[in-house]
Amino acid sequence: MIRFSDVYKRYSNQHEALSGLSFELSKGEMAFLTGHSGAGKSTLLKLIALIERSSHGQVWVNNQNLTRLPKWKVPYYRRKIGLVFQDHNLLHDRTVFDNVALPLIIAGENHREIGRRVRAALDKVGLLGKERSLPIALSGGEQQRVGIARAVVNRPPVLLADEPTGNLDPALSREIMDLFEQFNQVGVTVFIATHDLELINRMPYRRITLEQGRLA
Amino acid sequence: MIKLNIHNYFLRHMQVMLYSLGQLWRTPAASAMTVMVIGIALALPAGLYVLLKNVEQVSSQWEDASQISLFLQHNTPDNRGKQLAEQLLSWPDINAVHYQSSQDSLAEFRQLSGLDSLLDTLPSNPLPPVIVIQPEQGQNETEALQALLERLQNMQEVELAQLDMQWLQRLRSINQTGERGISILAVLLSLSVLLVIGNTIRLAILSRQTEIRVIKLVGGTNAFVRRPFLYTGFWYGLLGGIIAWLTLLMTLLFINGPVNRLATLYDSQFMLNWLSGQMFIALPLFGTILGVLGAWLAVGRHLNTIEPT
Repeated sequence: MIRFSDVYKRYSNQHEALSGLSFELSKGEMAFLTGHSGAGKSTLLKLIALIERSSHGQVWVNNQNLTRLPKWKVPYYRRKIGLVFQDHNLLHDRTVFDNVALPLIIAGENHREIGRRVRAALDKVGLLGKERSLPIALSGGEQQRVGIARAVVNRPPVLLADEPTGNLDPALSREIMDLFEQFNQVGVTVFIATHDLELINRMPYRRITLEQGRLA
Repeated sequence: MIKLNIHNYFLRHMQVMLYSLGQLWRTPAASAMTVMVIGIALALPAGLYVLLKNVEQVSSQWEDASQISLFLQHNTPDNRGKQLAEQLLSWPDINAVHYQSSQDSLAEFRQLSGLDSLLDTLPSNPLPPVIVIQPEQGQNETEALQALLERLQNMQEVELAQLDMQWLQRLRSINQTGERGISILAVLLSLSVLLVIGNTIRLAILSRQTEIRVIKLVGGTNAFVRRPFLYTGFWYGLLGGIIAWLTLLMTLLFINGPVNRLATLYDSQFMLNWLSGQMFIALPLFGTILGVLGAWLAVGRHLNTIEPT
């Protein structure tokens, strides 16, 4: 599903974030990406989401060579990737419903379908009663669950998360991880960057560890 | 399925259109100021244009009345003068002639001036015989008139041929100058409308950077991001155009009374032509075009620099 082959990422200041990285995640797999801050975790996820492009080497996602993907196709590619961020990236002037509906509106879904799928996604993350609330009125854990609902509302085959539990206490973090497991159980490929080793030590999934831009 | 997609597409456009109007509504003071600036900038050249069209209309009314006075040599006898007048009538570019002998002229002058006693002291009649010529309709073009004038001037019996409406030419030149001036003004003010809208949209874009990044992260195309801003420009332009029309209408309403009184004093049938129908279409249309164009330029400049990081 996700394949890196000899990938380098150099920034203009000569800093090399990733050096000769190769690995593969199969379809329907769930894996963690770990490593110290600055080890290149975020950069790696950005390459998959096409927020950044590799300086050298090839990245394949869903049998698509991202290196060759023209710029105008990037939005359509991103619709097949669910993204979850540490700081949620919610729009604070819109309701929970509108936030979750955004990917569907962008994709041009019709009104009824949007309502149905947004409610299904909110139900899944346990926030069905909060669809009229503004994100600011929700707790950190709830906001993160809104972010997850938005990431999965499109039913993407791949779900990426960058430190999704970074700001949450252990109990809430556990709940969030349970959610990711549930999505993985219905066939979604899940890839989570985290440094919360204590949390993931108890979970039976592959771990890809980075150290100064290389596989450790 | 395709039909459904097209339906969805238009529905989406309608929603964005209303959404962007709602955005303007949420900041009424700032929006009103922008709309007023656009309105005034559009109303100014439009108002001057209406004024110019009216002056042209007035001068074209008078142009029909342009006539040439032919002052004959002092010693031209009456029968020769009459003969000459009849001869001139046969010219194709002359519509009507009227011969006025020196006695007639003196009588008219006596009547109009009231200088009876003074005129009696004169040893002889100082006034020459005059032929008043009405040029053929359509001979009003300055060059044709000028040519006719020259031919008349060169006749042996003619002392002086004078185009009575020379000031009309001057007025027309002033009009032409005015037209140029208004064109330049219109271009400059349109440019300023473009810049005002562009700048307003630029600020809107900057204040919504986060939103744009998020939209791009979840797969929004540039077209999707651009759309609400284009509609914002559309609304600014349209509302500005309507304000311009209202401003124009109120201004004309304000000066209509005095203009009518002036016309009555001159015994003129002149009515101020408001061009309100024309302007009602032209101003909002032009405003809308400028609005969308200004927004397009602003979005084009800034959209690509806002990318997810």
